[in-house]
Amino acid sequence: MLTIDAKGIYYRELNSKVRDAVSKGEKEILLKNVNGQYYIGDGLRGETTITIDGVPGNDLAAFMDGPTLIIKNNAQDNIGNTMNSGKVIIHGNAGDVLGYGMRGGKLHIRGDVGYRVGIHMKGYKKQNPVIIAGGKAGDFFGEYMAGGVLILLNLDGKKDDRPMVGDYLGTGMHGGIIFIRGDVDKKLCGAEVGITDLDNEDNKFLKEYLEDYCKDFNLKTEDIMRVGFKKLIPASLRPYGNLYAY
Amino acid sequence: MFRSLAVPEFLAKIDQVKCIRCKRCIQNCGWSVYSWGGDKVLIDTFKCVKCLRCYHYCPEEAITIEDNPVKYRSNANWGFYQIRNIKKQAETGGIPLTGMGSDMPYPVLFDNLLIDACQVTNPSIDPLREPMELRTYLGKKPAKLEFEKVAGGKPKLKTKMPPQIKLEMPFIFAPMSYGSISLNAQKTLAIAAKELGIVMNTGEGGLHEDIYPYRSNIIVQVASGRFGVNPDYLNAGVAVEIKIGQGAKPGIGGHLPGEKIPLDIAKTRMIPVGTDAISPAPQHDIYSIEDLRQLIFAIKEATNYTKPVSVKIAAVHNVAAIASGIVRAGADIVYIDGFRGGTGAAPVIIRDHLGIPIEYALAAVDERLRQEGIRNEASIIAAGGIRSCADAAKAIALGADAVALGTSALITMGCTVCGKCYTGNCSWGITTQRPELTVRLDPEVYAERLINLIHAWSHELKEILGALGVNAIESLRGSRERLRGVGLDGQTLDLLGVKPAGR
Repeated sequence: MLTIDAKGIYYRELNSKVRDAVSKGEKEILLKNVNGQYYIGDGLRGETTITIDGVPGNDLAAFMDGPTLIIKNNAQDNIGNTMNSGKVIIHGNAGDVLGYGMRGGKLHIRGDVGYRVGIHMKGYKKQNPVIIAGGKAGDFFGEYMAGGVLILLNLDGKKDDRPMVGDYLGTGMHGGIIFIRGDVDKKLCGAEVGITDLDNEDNKFLKEYLEDYCKDFNLKTEDIMRVGFKKLIPASLRPYGNLYAY
Repeated sequence: MFRSLAVPEFLAKIDQVKCIRCKRCIQNCGWSVYSWGGDKVLIDTFKCVKCLRCYHYCPEEAITIEDNPVKYRSNANWGFYQIRNIKKQAETGGIPLTGMGSDMPYPVLFDNLLIDACQVTNPSIDPLREPMELRTYLGKKPAKLEFEKVAGGKPKLKTKMPPQIKLEMPFIFAPMSYGSISLNAQKTLAIAAKELGIVMNTGEGGLHEDIYPYRSNIIVQVASGRFGVNPDYLNAGVAVEIKIGQGAKPGIGGHLPGEKIPLDIAKTRMIPVGTDAISPAPQHDIYSIEDLRQLIFAIKEATNYTKPVSVKIAAVHNVAAIASGIVRAGADIVYIDGFRGGTGAAPVIIRDHLGIPIEYALAAVDERLRQEGIRNEASIIAAGGIRSCADAAKAIALGADAVALGTSALITMGCTVCGKCYTGNCSWGITTQRPELTVRLDPEVYAERLINLIHAWSHELKEILGALGVNAIESLRGSRERLRGVGLDGQTLDLLGVKPAGR
């Protein structure tokens, strides 16, 4: 394992060191003393696992294609922007606009997530992006969603009175699936969203996703699945089909 | 019962005496205007868009297409299209769509600007005999150059040059996605760009594998839908462009309906077949200049600082301040698309009423960046209604480093600017994905015509430079002293930084 001390290093130098190490075939990297450096893992490819000690800055794992990032702490905004494959595991909370335009890979967040999470996520062939947040989420969760899977667990719901998810849930959704643990208030949803119960097939998939998630955070799938889920899907794949005159 | 109260725009007519019943019009029309009636060709004139495909392919010149004389009663206030659009909306409840740039009679300032020439006191240059430099580099230019002496006492450039796009002439092809135009149309642009030593732009629809061989002549685009964007794509071309807006539809997103997404487009955009390809109006990760900076540098990190990053915006009221912010955010190129810029599909109401023309925007941006001392930090590409080399020369004199050609390039492929791109029925095989229509556009054949056009414009540009007594496009760039305004008011002249003719 290669250890890089990020203390006092500007992001450009830090990321250049990481890119060098990955291009030399380094499979495990520990970044110590990370303190808000942007773009860690940006555009990075390969099988490397990077463990981040500290709080990484915005645009973590943007355009990333393969590596695994483990963040022992909180993380900030724009994680997994247009990510293609790989995995990001965040043991704390994460910020706004996670997984924007994400096409593949996984974001596992143990805590809460901010606004506009999973905007315009899309699946393509075997690529199926998955975001699982263990806590609560802000407004516009899954806006413009075109594919992939968003799962919101609200595991620590009793800690405070905030609603588990904000307004405009799934607004403009035209693909993909959102699973919400517990009940969903229809009033929070965009007009393009349909709410249903899970069938056996859904439960199978959900369990698969959750088992992987639980492994990362030492949780038990059965505990999580004891509470029922709701499934949100687009009411139409063509939400704006009648908008125009030809 | 009537069929529609929206009066047909055109009347297609066949001279039955000349017609030899060869049915070529039936085969050629992408809109199904013609059908076979047993003994003669029948005409459904409601469908005619006057693209003139039938006219050109009729061996007997038997076809004429006229503007429909049965228009609504003439009225200086209520024009034909105002009445017609209301009828259409009354019938559908929808937003009327259109294609191409605005056809409204707003003033075109290029037509009020004239270029200087040398007489007696300063010699003009004959470009046929003397070298004339059109080569253009797009990208950030250093504020100063430092040199060091190497062995032998020769000076060597010490300053590290930021990445540049090298163009043999100050023209590029405007972004047009696979989906809005056919793959053959994109191939035509790519072949021509390679041959000419300039660049084409993928638009936001991803990069088809057939275009990959032209990578040294391609700018790849990243827009709000992020279609086909992955690390390969970002590194595939010579530059990456972030699309914020488009002149024909500033402030609104794009929307390629699911029925126009067959397998090949889905593959290129990396989305499932048949689902809508929606580009949200804003990029939801960009709500500020700081956010834009974040995406610019995310792309620079992903491409290891080897590619210039361009930011494309529509020309809007506050364009100078916005462009200044874009440059300060770290963009290497600012692409400004004016009000008259083209589109594959836009609501008429947006295209014809939002934004400002390129001449105003360009002058304002160039001036602002100069005032702030950051003009060298980014190149400017001007687009949105460049119809001739004269427009291009005037744009360059107003401050553009290069101009982008969309509609002009498509016209070489057969386009007649009928404005019906959004229907997907283009009989010329340009703005359609119907295989029987796209096959008509042979990239090799039409690239030749496009190359001809750019060569012709380059010759014209050299003639203009020669007449101005300069031997490099660099000497015209931003040289407003070489322009004069005719018929423009004082305030407009002031804004353009141009003197009135005679002064």
